[in-house]
Amino acid sequence: MNLILRPLEALGHAFLNLLAALGRISIYAGSTLRHIFKRPFYARELAIAILNVGWLSLPVVGLTALFTGAALALQIYAGGARFNAEAVVPQIVAIGMVRELGPVLVGLMIAARVTSSIAAEIATMKVTEQIDALVTLSTHPMQYLTVPRVLAGLICVPVLVGVGDVIGILGGYTVAVATLDFNSSTYLVNTFDFLEIRDVVSSLAKGAVFGVIATLMGCYYGMNSGRGAQGVGAATKGSVEAAAILILAANFVLTWVFFSL
Amino acid sequence: MITLSGVKKSFGNNHVLRGVDLEIARGTSMVIIGGSGTGKSIALKSILGLVTPDAGTIMVDGKDAATAERDAFLARFGMLFQGGALFDSLPVWHNVAFRLMRGALQRPKEEAREIAIEKLRRVGLKADVADRLPAELSGGMQKRVGLARAIAAEPEIIFFDEPTTGLDPIMSGVINDLIREIVVEMGATAMTITHDMTSVRAIADNVAMLHDGVIQWSGPVADMDQAGDPYLDQFIHGRADGPIEAVR
Repeated sequence: MNLILRPLEALGHAFLNLLAALGRISIYAGSTLRHIFKRPFYARELAIAILNVGWLSLPVVGLTALFTGAALALQIYAGGARFNAEAVVPQIVAIGMVRELGPVLVGLMIAARVTSSIAAEIATMKVTEQIDALVTLSTHPMQYLTVPRVLAGLICVPVLVGVGDVIGILGGYTVAVATLDFNSSTYLVNTFDFLEIRDVVSSLAKGAVFGVIATLMGCYYGMNSGRGAQGVGAATKGSVEAAAILILAANFVLTWVFFSL
Repeated sequence: MITLSGVKKSFGNNHVLRGVDLEIARGTSMVIIGGSGTGKSIALKSILGLVTPDAGTIMVDGKDAATAERDAFLARFGMLFQGGALFDSLPVWHNVAFRLMRGALQRPKEEAREIAIEKLRRVGLKADVADRLPAELSGGMQKRVGLARAIAAEPEIIFFDEPTTGLDPIMSGVINDLIREIVVEMGATAMTITHDMTSVRAIADNVAMLHDGVIQWSGPVADMDQAGDPYLDQFIHGRADGPIEAVR
């Protein structure tokens, strides 16, 4: 009997823990939202967060998009050749980058670069009592640390997604024109004729949601880190795992929503 | 006056504070001693609201700390953390002037910087330290910057958490003297937690010993050596034998 019950018990515990974690994250997100509208507003912290989340992420986002767009063009060309559909490369690269790969890859790169950095920084602040020091200096950690970072994610990641979409399309264009004998102007005309406004809107909307998820997870795990180096390491790892999974789950939900519109 | 009555705090099955009763008179320097892990830091953090007690009341000048308006309440306090707890990303002067650059005590940036440099001088640091980052300073210098931050807004009450931990004896003496001078000069109420007996004798007007989650003994520092309490006696003489278990 135990052989049957124990796995079920473990499954039940895991499910309850997942629900509890989602509950805590939801409460944290709600608290962040409330503090966005409270004073004081830390403009300097927001500017620093925008620099870190947005500007300094541009190289990694650009390179990721460039290579992905280029590889996508090659894949579509090779796959399309099996049923004489090589000509659809511009359209599929455009729709693939803008609707799916651009936002998801940028989201995941932000999770890797920004979420981990935020979690490690805030967790270290917690371990070294800097968060307690903030409180004793009459500064709410949620307003000083979380709100600027989450706002930076909300503002910057859609911009990064837009930039990533353009660079990804350019990567596909470069490969197609340089190695697959596509005509330059025809490629560009086919790309822009095929894309619709709602493709771009869905891409940027996904970017905004992923930006909030990535920064919020960094802050949440940092603020709730355990003690010592192990605590900081666990917080960093947990934040990236949670951000990546939530970004992929949110991508599915958002794609479903945009498809049904 | 700070009054703790029946303050209890547990973390799971670990009952850290089992009913702490303590009074700290206005303008006096109270030092809380006790072994590692006896709840000294938890008691201090409970007063500041960084830890919420499970039971008991904490009153500051007759007002319940739990229900006081947070900003006004915390504006009365300065705190020196054990590791300094300086903000890595901010230069030293900004750390010291942190409270002066926001909230009710906000000053223009230049004035806040001038006050920060003055406080740095007060703790024996030169003005050229002001623009350095905390990571560029030695442990003793970081402690002094932490002390400068604690006194920057001239608080009525100052807490010192293990002020000499990790410092050499000479630097410990410097910090002890500074704390004593500053507390006397500012007329502040001070609460220090330490297990450094040299600090106790240098800083304290009164001493309280925390053991097993309660105040085991309290009284004037002058009475400490003749108190006759076996726990206190073992602790201040650093003996392995006695009622306090050496292995905890």
